[in-house]
Amino acid sequence: MSQQIIGLVEKNNLKSDPPQFEIGDSVDVHTKILEGEKERIQVFSGTVIARSGSGTREMFTVRRIVASQGVERKFPVHSPRIEKIEVKRSSMVRRAKLYYLRDRVGKAVRLKERRRV
Amino acid sequence: MTKGLLGRKVGMTQIYDESGVVVPVTVIEAGPCRVLQVRTTERDGYEAVQLGFLDKKRPTAGQARSTHSQARRSERGHVTAKLGSKRAKARSEAGQEAVAKAECEPKRFVREFRGPAGDFVYSYTPEPQQEGDEPAAVEVTGEVGSEITVRLLDGVASVDITGTSKGRGFSGVMKRHNFSGQRASHGVKKVHRHAGGTGMSAYPSRLFKGKRMAGQYGNEKSTMRNVKVVRIDAENGLILVNGAVPGPNGGFVIVRETNKV
Repeated sequence: MSQQIIGLVEKNNLKSDPPQFEIGDSVDVHTKILEGEKERIQVFSGTVIARSGSGTREMFTVRRIVASQGVERKFPVHSPRIEKIEVKRSSMVRRAKLYYLRDRVGKAVRLKERRRV
Repeated sequence: MTKGLLGRKVGMTQIYDESGVVVPVTVIEAGPCRVLQVRTTERDGYEAVQLGFLDKKRPTAGQARSTHSQARRSERGHVTAKLGSKRAKARSEAGQEAVAKAECEPKRFVREFRGPAGDFVYSYTPEPQQEGDEPAAVEVTGEVGSEITVRLLDGVASVDITGTSKGRGFSGVMKRHNFSGQRASHGVKKVHRHAGGTGMSAYPSRLFKGKRMAGQYGNEKSTMRNVKVVRIDAENGLILVNGAVPGPNGGFVIVRETNKV
């Protein structure tokens, strides 16, 4: 019962067409950011390594390498601040959390590409 | 003075506000409550409104003894005049006016709100069922038997929420009072989670009152004051408040218009 009530509350805050992407995808995340008065779109591109939570609390983690330093950013899937998520490339992965990528550097970070049919 | 409602904590989630910022909210299922009694200065010496929330179970037929969760005869007599009693009969014979009863099911959670019954008078215009419908405004009088819904708190910016905090049993000083405990080494032996000294020596030869020690923690009345109301969902009878609320999910809470300025 209580889960149904929580679902009622969350219903209006979910995106009607949630962005489609999978673990291991290379994505461009377009986020709206406020700079003083002006609104600007910032793009964060990297690999989706995890997805967690459910409902409005659903989050996903994007990892990329910036200046040979690993950077991870966590975004809420249903945030209105996220304009769109572009999938650039999909990969063959065998697990839901790609935390093993954190221990890898250089060429070992690459994932085998999965061709979409 | 105060208007309020009885309710139940459903759980926490998060929603987005207009600017897209995440707001952590606790969902409270508030009302509908029935007015069970109105206390007056002439009769009771003080003014208050007694509300009841959720129906209580009736005893099963043929059961030898009713359990704690089932309504006793006294509780049923509290909400209906139909049950009758020798005293009620004697009073009616003596020509005394019978006390108004709510004529509803016995309630599980009953609390009084101090203040005049006028606090519970409100009106609202229901949503039109069909296009072009213009429903008339509904007046709720706050008399015994009237049903109070979450619309009572329409337009209220912040509330006080009273609940029973989660019980943690007999807890040590580190959990209960945020003491630091003692060191892991340097000669500390089997007292790593203990308090240090509790007092002085020959003078005063006693502990001061109120010395913080281990003991029962939680399962006590706890009030969060000035909690911001994020949204009121009249259709589903829900209040969404900013942040956490005392007690477990499913615990009973009292929601009052805040008295803090």
